[in-house]
Amino acid sequence: MSTFAIDKAGPSRKVKYGSMSRDRAWALRWSYFFLVLFAIFFLTPPIYMLITSLKSSAEISAATNPWWVFHPTLSNYVELLTSNQFLRFFWNSSIVSIVVVIITMLISIPAAFALARMKFWGSATLATGVFLTYLIPDSLLFIPLFKMLGVVQDYTGIMLLNRWYVLLFIYPTLTVPFCTWIMIGYFASIPKELDEAALIDGASWLQTLTRIFIPVALPGLIAATIFAFTVSWAQFLYPLVFTTSVDQLVLPVGITTTLIKGDVFNWGQIMTGALLGAAPPLIIYAFLMDYYIAGLTAGATKG
Amino acid sequence: MADVALRKVVKRYDDVEAVRGIDLDIADHEFIVLVGPSGCGKSTTLRMIAGLEDISDGDIMIGGDIVNDVPPKDRDIAMVFQNYALYPHMTVAENMSFGLRLKHYPKAEIKARVTEAARLLDITDLIDRKPKQLSGGQRQRVAMGRAIVRNPKVFLFDEPLSNLDAKLRVQMRIEIKKVHQKVRTTTVYVTHDQVEAMTLADRVVVMNKGCIEQIGTPNELYHKPATRFVAGFIGSPAMNFIPCRLEDVGGTLQLRLTDRIAFPLPPARAARYNALPRTEKLLLGIRPEHLTESHAHLAPGVETFDTVLDVTEPMGMETLVYFGLDGTPVCGRVDPNAGAKDGAPMRLAMDLNNMHLLNEETGVVL
Repeated sequence: MSTFAIDKAGPSRKVKYGSMSRDRAWALRWSYFFLVLFAIFFLTPPIYMLITSLKSSAEISAATNPWWVFHPTLSNYVELLTSNQFLRFFWNSSIVSIVVVIITMLISIPAAFALARMKFWGSATLATGVFLTYLIPDSLLFIPLFKMLGVVQDYTGIMLLNRWYVLLFIYPTLTVPFCTWIMIGYFASIPKELDEAALIDGASWLQTLTRIFIPVALPGLIAATIFAFTVSWAQFLYPLVFTTSVDQLVLPVGITTTLIKGDVFNWGQIMTGALLGAAPPLIIYAFLMDYYIAGLTAGATKG
Repeated sequence: MADVALRKVVKRYDDVEAVRGIDLDIADHEFIVLVGPSGCGKSTTLRMIAGLEDISDGDIMIGGDIVNDVPPKDRDIAMVFQNYALYPHMTVAENMSFGLRLKHYPKAEIKARVTEAARLLDITDLIDRKPKQLSGGQRQRVAMGRAIVRNPKVFLFDEPLSNLDAKLRVQMRIEIKKVHQKVRTTTVYVTHDQVEAMTLADRVVVMNKGCIEQIGTPNELYHKPATRFVAGFIGSPAMNFIPCRLEDVGGTLQLRLTDRIAFPLPPARAARYNALPRTEKLLLGIRPEHLTESHAHLAPGVETFDTVLDVTEPMGMETLVYFGLDGTPVCGRVDPNAGAKDGAPMRLAMDLNNMHLLNEETGVVL
């Protein structure tokens, strides 16, 4: 857009074919084209969910246009939000995700700091190792994990299987490696002189971490937090395996197991539940994006 | 405030010796500059004094105490880094007071010290700004302020002016000198810029390949360099080194530069060099300012010769002339009105009272 404005502003200047501004204009057009294409592709399912969630069961099964609501109703929302079961799932999901985020941060931040800054024997190998553990799919891990927790339960007598809090031990196996990896990157981007200056100023390692590194790497911490929350909130396989009683279920498993009865799909409520379930991460993204300030390190050093 | 001493300090990285057993005594209140080309070990030496690098061998003493295993925070030092290393999320005042706050100084004293340092460095107006709102020179002042408020035993500067533009560098150089005159803290300053070293230092330490080449006042280094490295490193344009040999002609000692050019040595120099074997391969070290245009009345010891100039560089207050002596490029400094022109012949005068004679192989000044 701006390129045309520039061309008009300078009528005496001819734009040659293949010039920078012409190339840029085409690059912009192509980017818009693909962005619109992707937007349509990715927004269609949620829009379909929204449309379906506003329909009654009768209208869903009727052979009308599936992309239009003829008799909008909020009955699905009312039913779900007044059902103790759904609220229970929601509560379980919230408490699990929030506690997992806290546990993840408490482990990942010091781990990343140590791996990024304290050069000790094997630290580089350990950093790579942390990342490699993330590459092992959870579908491979859940059986050994189930066995392990079963043994621990038998041995200690503490109920772990089929309890929501078992997820607090299991989710960090997914979130900690990745968050540690992200934050190693962020911490490594902080100039070495900054912690040397802090060291000379009299800060201990812990003070350097809490008073210099965490504030400076805040955008990275927020990215890691968002990631940990999203992973915990959307996790399906582990809760499906480790929790079975209805009062112990989290949202994704709860919706699919209680709203699908045999071959009867309660589509209206499934869509409503999914939509409501997608809301918290969306809200968190929206709020934290404001704090997602790039270039916080600007001014620390030359450049 | 305290003196600093290095005893046979060695730094090894795997199989590379970055610092090869250096000895250095820095007196209380002294301003010492470590200077040398990149990779000479000057920054490593500074970082070892700071405690940011372990020493492989030897001892470092601050105020008479061996600090080899003392962590940086307990050495009571302050350091100014090349890239400032300001805490980006803190204001100028917070940056400067960080060290004091960690040590739980009373608030009133912190405020007083920060105010005083800000006044000294002329950054009182910037006290509430964040580093990103400051220019390079202002950031460097804040970094110095952070060092000053701590009132440490020793200041360490690691190429603090390298990131500034030429004009600002000159200005900040004077600032640093002024600050040192006021606070009188023992200072170790690292730079690769010999002009900075000459202008700031009480004593300059010239380093090369992990060793100390020479320690001395700026004047000593300039007029009495010990080695070819020091002679060539200090001074700009650099000293000329011309292959030469000694010969006896009719009872006087002569210095032969080329087949055409040979000068009788002044009596003082002749007495000094007379014992040297005539066969030894020597280098004449002569600074460009001792190669000037010829006058009608030449002082004793000043000899003239004719040459053809290759290139001239008018600098305003002087003109640099470049020519060759048997293939050795030589630089001289002549008066801008002396009529030096590219490609033109010129009669030049060499002041042999200020000459140096070096052993070509060892590089030692004789």
